[in-house]
Amino acid sequence: MRYLVVLVLIFCAAAAAAQPWEDRRRFGPEAGDGPVLRILSSTDTAFFEPILARFLSERPGVAIDYFVTGTADVDRRFRADPGAYDLVISSAMDLQLKLANDGFALPLAEIAHPAWAQWRQSLFAFTTEPAAIVVNRTAFAKGAVPKTRQALIEVLRAEPERFRDRIGTYDVRESGLGYLFATQDARVTETYWRLTEVMGALGTRLYCCSGEMIDDLSDGTILVAYNVLGSYAAARADTTDDLQIVLPSDFPTTMMRTAFVSERTEHGNLAAAFVRHLLEREPEDASDESYPLPALAPVADGQSAIVLGPALITYLDALKRRTFLREWEDAIIQRP
Amino acid sequence: MRFLLIEDNAELAGAISARMNLDGHVVDHAGTLAEASAFAEAGEYDLILLDVMLPDGDGRDFLRRHRAGQGDTPVIVLTARSQVSDRVGMLDLGADDYVTKPFDHAELEARCRAVLRRRAGTSRTVLRFGDVTFDAVAGQLTVAGRAVALRNRELRLLELLANAPGRIFSKQKLVDRLFSYDEDVSENAVEVYIGRLRKHLDGSDLRITTHRGIGYRLDHDG
Amino acid sequence: MTDSLRTTISLRRRLTIALIGGAAFLAVLLYLVVRAYAVQIAQQGQDDILRASLTSVLDAAVLRDGALEVDFPYASLSMLTTPADDRVFYAIYRNDRFVSGYDGLRGDGDAGFSTRDFAGATVRVATGSRTLVGADVRLRITASVAQTQDALSVTLAGISRTVALFGTGFFLLAVLLSVWATATTIRPLQTLTSAVARRGPKDLSPVRRAVPLEMAPLVGSLNRFMARLEQSLTRSEDFIAEAAHRVRTPLATVRSHAEATLQRVDRQENRLALRAMIRAIDESSRAAGQLLDHAMITFRADHLEREQLDIGALLREQVDRLAPVAEMKDIELRVDAPAAAPLSGDPILLQNALRNVIDNALKYSPTEGVVDLHVAASPLALTVRDRGPGFPEDQIAELPQRFARGRNAEGIIGSGLGLTIAQDVVEAHGGRLHLRNHPEGGACVTLSFSS
Repeated sequence: MRYLVVLVLIFCAAAAAAQPWEDRRRFGPEAGDGPVLRILSSTDTAFFEPILARFLSERPGVAIDYFVTGTADVDRRFRADPGAYDLVISSAMDLQLKLANDGFALPLAEIAHPAWAQWRQSLFAFTTEPAAIVVNRTAFAKGAVPKTRQALIEVLRAEPERFRDRIGTYDVRESGLGYLFATQDARVTETYWRLTEVMGALGTRLYCCSGEMIDDLSDGTILVAYNVLGSYAAARADTTDDLQIVLPSDFPTTMMRTAFVSERTEHGNLAAAFVRHLLEREPEDASDESYPLPALAPVADGQSAIVLGPALITYLDALKRRTFLREWEDAIIQRP
Repeated sequence: MRFLLIEDNAELAGAISARMNLDGHVVDHAGTLAEASAFAEAGEYDLILLDVMLPDGDGRDFLRRHRAGQGDTPVIVLTARSQVSDRVGMLDLGADDYVTKPFDHAELEARCRAVLRRRAGTSRTVLRFGDVTFDAVAGQLTVAGRAVALRNRELRLLELLANAPGRIFSKQKLVDRLFSYDEDVSENAVEVYIGRLRKHLDGSDLRITTHRGIGYRLDHDG
Repeated sequence: MTDSLRTTISLRRRLTIALIGGAAFLAVLLYLVVRAYAVQIAQQGQDDILRASLTSVLDAAVLRDGALEVDFPYASLSMLTTPADDRVFYAIYRNDRFVSGYDGLRGDGDAGFSTRDFAGATVRVATGSRTLVGADVRLRITASVAQTQDALSVTLAGISRTVALFGTGFFLLAVLLSVWATATTIRPLQTLTSAVARRGPKDLSPVRRAVPLEMAPLVGSLNRFMARLEQSLTRSEDFIAEAAHRVRTPLATVRSHAEATLQRVDRQENRLALRAMIRAIDESSRAAGQLLDHAMITFRADHLEREQLDIGALLREQVDRLAPVAEMKDIELRVDAPAAAPLSGDPILLQNALRNVIDNALKYSPTEGVVDLHVAASPLALTVRDRGPGFPEDQIAELPQRFARGRNAEGIIGSGLGLTIAQDVVEAHGGRLHLRNHPEGGACVTLSFSS
């Protein structure tokens, strides 16, 4: 059991060290004199392709280099070379905000966007996505799918052998988004720690990315995935009837995908135009197949949404992170 | 004619009275304003001669009261003041004329006559001598129903003679009365006017007779 | 005399400038003071939040098993959220060695607030320390919390705008009040000025209107001055009148006596003596009268009391007045005047001049003669022509001089002031007196009023 975790960890660490791109594609003309917009993103190409295509369709001659990597890696890469990318898109709000706070983002004064969905006119949110519990429906009796974290804890405790080694969640040490979800969960409720301990006791598998987690869920390797991006699962649920997405009704943690233009961009106008393009999504596009990402929507009262504000950098503090990770590791990796 | 002379200087008043008497006027003399008011209330006057500076007040106050009391007797002011505005003020107060002291009696007479003529109609003294009538104030002479135009000196000469018919006037006296002292005239100048009067009265009941070495006299028939 | 009066800036302007200048100064001062105060307050507000944030960070520092943990709450930074999305920085030091947060944020001081540049922005930094004592360690933890000042700037800009608006409003109001206050303050002065200016030259009565306290000494002096002037004028006039009365009344008495005596005296030499006496009396009384008239005219000529007059009407009035005298010599006064001959002048002076000129003509005119009085309307002129001997040609230029008499004036009573008076009056009205002899005989005196 332990070796499995270690294996996954090694795999992820290796991936980080070698820095292979999850995906790297050129849209628009392969070669030419036109400008090339370099987008560093944590969002899978599949989700972004329609957006890129529409943007380019209006701008012949313009090309886009679309780089995809994990949220933590996005932050690492960008900090290493801020001039190498024109746009940064990530679901890790805290990392994004810290980048903006540290002065890496270019203010775009002319963009009108609700105050709650932007920060300093430089960091712009363009989706609202809840963290979900995704289950393989085959593992649960009809109606037995847990709707809350508490319910999940009870299910896991009731049948520990059934779920041993068949639970997945983010490795928060590796995934920026995972860390964000974990810290926000921990901030809101003690249930998170109980759940984490329960999951740790059952030998939970840790993933660097949502995609892989859902892959394993689809093929039945794991039965429950906690704190997965609902949007990713929904995209896969189209092909697999076994997946069921549960938004915890006690409190769904909601994240906003954000984008900013690098302060050192060489194509300021074009990058700004792309941000506008992202934000200008008409509400009816939400049902459009070509836009697989959820639309931006204000979170209803009483629900937990991650506020786009300076407090986000709290858990990025080295000491706090160290403390948090130690506790998390104590909970999730239980030594016999 | 009946004059009221209001003048505090008794000697001047006497001189004026004497002179006026010669012209056949009766003059009552008042030395103060109080006296003057008493006179004015007691009798009717044809003319008032009024001095301005009086021991018991200003002559102008009398004039003002007189006019305010509907008195329409003509007033000639005698003033020793020389201020131009004073004279005008006098006329504004209702004086008919003024003379500045010291004055030529001939001028005073002339002014009295002029004032009386302007106010003609109050009381008239028309002298009748047969077919001749003479209104000294109006200066009208009619001979046998025919009006005769007289020059001023002719008129005054006739007036002098007619006031005392039958009395002989010396040439000297006539010169004194007819000419002012700034005129250098000989006594013979009177003869011219006597001659003119005789021509006017020719064929009437009146005639002027010469009394050699003495003077002239007005006689009338009947 | 007024045209040489030296003037300085008007009181109204001086007052207005002083008031508006003062208002502008106060408005600027108000702006600066209120703004400085607002800056202080706003900075105080930011500092308070920074201090709270800093305290919560320091309070979270604990020693656990000898190791430092600073598990500061989410609120430490969330309390720094501002509407302007201010950037937030913090740094934690352990025994002055950087531990976490933003390195280099901490200023020189150990505690307190400072404003400095960091990460390309101006930030307000709050720094504080705390000593942690463990079983066998003792360490000093220092933390800095910083925030950019965008929200503060926005607030200050808003306050500045409001204060500027307020200051401008205050200034405009003050300007209005200044204008009003100036007008109110200056009004009594203007009222007094116009009241004094409206007065006729002879009105020397004191100013009775109530005047402001400050003007009382001036107006008091003015009143006293006018009273003195009036007193001295009245005294002079009274003196002239009294002098005339005193001189003339005895003369009149003497004259009357002489005349009365003349009536009674027959001897030729006595009569001649009496006549000479009467003439001497006439001469001196006339001279006295004209001297006083002339003095009067000289006095009045400085302050003409002008009225709209008609020279023709004025002439007829004088002719009426002198008609009895003319009649005595059977002289005809022939007036030829147009319907209107308007002139703005002093009626009393003009009457006097006319009387003197006509008087002269009557004196020199022979018995049963004619005096022509002709008025020309344009250019306005009055000509008096007698049928007397005329002026001696070689003396014409000197005749209007004081006491100058023609050689042929022997035997005619006169002072030599008649023409002088006429000339002074005409010249006071901006005209000229012309003397000439008529080609057909007689003297011609022309009062020409067109300059």
